[in-house]
Amino acid sequence: MSDATATVGRPLAARPIAWRLATVVDVVPETPWARTLVFDVPGWPGHRAGQHVDVRLTAEDGYQAQRSYSIASAPEEARIALTVERLEDGEVSPYLTGELRVGDRLELRGPIGGYFVWEAAPGAPLLLVGGGSGIVPLMAMVRHRAAALATASVAARHGMPARLLYSARGWDEVIYRDELARLSDGDPTLEVALTLTRESPQAWTGFRRRIDRMMLAEVAWPPPERPLIYVCGPTPLVESVASALVELGHDPSRVKTERFGPTGERA
Amino acid sequence: MNDRTNASEERAAGAERVADALRLDGNAAAGLLSEIFVPDVTAARATCAHCGVDRPVGALLLYAHGMGVVVRCPSCDGVVLRATRTSARVWLDLTGATRIGIPIAAPPA
Repeated sequence: MSDATATVGRPLAARPIAWRLATVVDVVPETPWARTLVFDVPGWPGHRAGQHVDVRLTAEDGYQAQRSYSIASAPEEARIALTVERLEDGEVSPYLTGELRVGDRLELRGPIGGYFVWEAAPGAPLLLVGGGSGIVPLMAMVRHRAAALATASVAARHGMPARLLYSARGWDEVIYRDELARLSDGDPTLEVALTLTRESPQAWTGFRRRIDRMMLAEVAWPPPERPLIYVCGPTPLVESVASALVELGHDPSRVKTERFGPTGERA
Repeated sequence: MNDRTNASEERAAGAERVADALRLDGNAAAGLLSEIFVPDVTAARATCAHCGVDRPVGALLLYAHGMGVVVRCPSCDGVVLRATRTSARVWLDLTGATRIGIPIAAPPA
């Protein structure tokens, strides 16, 4: 019987995605508007960098609200981290960024999505372009890459170059600022470029404008090097970046996008 | 006359903004589709029934509405997939896809 099963082929997927009860084990402030929630999720099956989860909140009267949030932690980490930005007129994010405490529990299902994912492997250069909280799934990729490099051979290490172009409104709104500086200082094959679109410190020497074609041409590898590109952020940013990349000659099938909607709160 | 033209232009611009506001990627449908399919369908390739272009479901354009999603082809704007959740059922309309190719999971390491 087991022989017959074996000849049928490999299964299509493991199992359906179930709602699980997740417990908050840590809360880390990132910017005045964003914080990271670290969850312990019993039975968590593991995830890939770039995937998201659905979070479901139920009020006492039974009313439910559900939102999607990208996973910020690397697959190598045992706990699941989500970084949530507060939206003033949001229904869910003010609760997650303001009221949720260590020890609180909520319902979560995932990991979800097999398209906007990246697996660390030597090969094409990796270009990450993010705006605002669009950095979150890209950070999972940066962390996954760092974890993979820690155990890789020297040759493999040089075969995985990565660049991150990250647009934030101001210096105070750069999520993961210290960690990104630390990772790029310690890794010559990781380059991080920031652009501050509204307010920048006087001594700021980086970009001071929205991401445009000229900036992408400066930061990205030339199209013949066939970088694998991931773009995540508010819909208008993602669409203008993706069009500019294609105009520059990048293969559209190598540009993967994840739109957060204009507000950053997804459906 | 001018006023009316301006008003209609403003309305058109407003409608465009609303469409922009709700436009996401096919991968945003992954949670809802996981209630129907066991494998992840956003990593599958769908062939558009309108123009014949084949691409990953995650790379299609998704328009989110209160109760569900409409997923359109970026090449021809035709509707490829519609999914809606009501209190009793999850509805799926796949008449806009002539076929869907689901990748086989990698063998366990």
